[in-house]
Amino acid sequence: MQSKIDKFTIPIGPQHPALKEPGHFEFSVDGEIVTDASVRLGYVHRGIEKGTEGRNWVQSLYLLERICGICSHVHATAYCLGVEKLAGVEVPPRAQAIRVLVAELERVHSHMLWLGVAAHEAGFDTLFMYSWRDRETVMNLLEGITGNRVNYSANVLGGVKCDISAEQDEAIRQGVDFLEERTRHYLEVVTSDMMFLRRTRGVATTPKAQARELGLIGPTGRASGISHDVRVDAPYAAYDIYPVKLITATAGDLEARFIVRINELFESYRVIRQILDTLPEGELTVRMPRRIKEGETVSRVEAPRGELFYFIKSNGTDTPERIKVRTPTLPNMASVLVLAIGHQLADIPMILTGIDPCFSCNDRMVVVKDSGGDNRAMTWEALRQYGIEYYR
Amino acid sequence: MQNNQGNLWQNVMDQVKTWARVNSPWAIHFNSGSCNGCDIEILATLTPRYDMERFGVKLQGSPRHADILICTGPVTRQARERLIRIYEQMPEPKFVVAVGSCALSGGAFQGCYNVEGGIDQVLPVNAYVPGCPPRPEAIIDGLVKLLQALDNGTMPEPITLKPGVAVPSKSGNPA
Ligand code: SF4
Repeated sequence: MQSKIDKFTIPIGPQHPALKEPGHFEFSVDGEIVTDASVRLGYVHRGIEKGTEGRNWVQSLYLLERICGICSHVHATAYCLGVEKLAGVEVPPRAQAIRVLVAELERVHSHMLWLGVAAHEAGFDTLFMYSWRDRETVMNLLEGITGNRVNYSANVLGGVKCDISAEQDEAIRQGVDFLEERTRHYLEVVTSDMMFLRRTRGVATTPKAQARELGLIGPTGRASGISHDVRVDAPYAAYDIYPVKLITATAGDLEARFIVRINELFESYRVIRQILDTLPEGELTVRMPRRIKEGETVSRVEAPRGELFYFIKSNGTDTPERIKVRTPTLPNMASVLVLAIGHQLADIPMILTGIDPCFSCNDRMVVVKDSGGDNRAMTWEALRQYGIEYYR
Repeated sequence: MQNNQGNLWQNVMDQVKTWARVNSPWAIHFNSGSCNGCDIEILATLTPRYDMERFGVKLQGSPRHADILICTGPVTRQARERLIRIYEQMPEPKFVVAVGSCALSGGAFQGCYNVEGGIDQVLPVNAYVPGCPPRPEAIIDGLVKLLQALDNGTMPEPITLKPGVAVPSKSGNPA
């Protein structure tokens, strides 16, 4: 008697303790080793791109901001920069500087959040609690500036709606000093704690060539030595006045991703201080026309997770004709499926959080248009039945 | 006489059950299409600044161990079946807390083609926490109000706009 199970599939999600957001993964395992992986996304697809077409330019701003709650400001920035370019409007320098300031504060909050979540997945809950406690400092700053902890809506078309007062200036400096000290501590922890290193060093190693092939972007790609950062390559808003240093690593494993993200925090602190020191005086907004001139444009910004891309098309009315969003998690997600193969099942949550996944900006819909004559719509049941019949 | 004693026993048991439930509710969180904003605020309530575990609330991985379903986001067409399935896997009595404007009414996503609306289009909801996203204090307040209501036995009947979609919880009133 011989029984051979050559493929055992473990489904994970859409609701699973290791996933903070719904996504469905299937891992084939041989013992503990993953041999195949697939993903099904789309649980949080809401139809935002289409939704913008029924809203005017201002309403669309608030809808697009809600693509992702973690990096809402960069979505709004990308959209505003694009629309302002189409309208031919010049935004005052003070507004641009405040945009960058809020963007960097947002990067701090996002990276701290990620540090905590990644530590949690590694079973290091102490670090999770500490980093989230310290993250409250930056949440307070964001709330002080804009009035909301998440989805701050600092941007409006043609500028920003919040100013930095003298007290806020002081509060931000104090907060950043405190965070810088804590971040130094975290850098030490993630590079010296033996238990933690066992979960990160040499796991999911992506050499530069492979990273290029997989199309890794953002801090994930920079950890593999891909020197690409929109803030450096194509400075937008006020990044040409406040340049940032490109941070890369070469190891390409999870540890390198930790190091890159934590070092980016130091860079953000430096930029925040520099902006506060040299914040230009002037207006916060300029008048925007209600109808945007006909045309199309592309705008790129660096989100905490990588390059964010907006395509905006206007037909001269007060609603957008088409807005296309490409978010950084989508190209990074494919790498999880490739890198998972050959790793232990227990490493999978770490590999997944290693790219800092964000499902809510990820879920796209593709319409496959069949040009042939045979168009049939089937329910899931009917399709299943059809499959059974077909292979009988 | 016999009957009286039976009643007494039943009452004592009910009181013990309510006491246990109010002091240690286990919660499960499901995101049925949210923008993440509410999810990170729910996570923040577990961390040292807000510390929801003070009230015995513990976030739990499996629906089969949970008393409270914390829902965020509007219901998308893809996630709808899952949401109902998770609700049905939870043991009775079960309670639903909708967190965020989206979960209340669809919020900013009203009118998007893949969005069905708020959670109460699909499940009976016991407590609503408005905000986009609600502050962690507000989420805690919503949960505590729910627990207080359970404690006093003043739990209002859950509200469903489309009844019959999921089995409404009949044991909303523990007393
Ligand atoms: S209520 Fe606001 S923060 Fe919460 S999921 Fe909806 S859009 Fe996001």
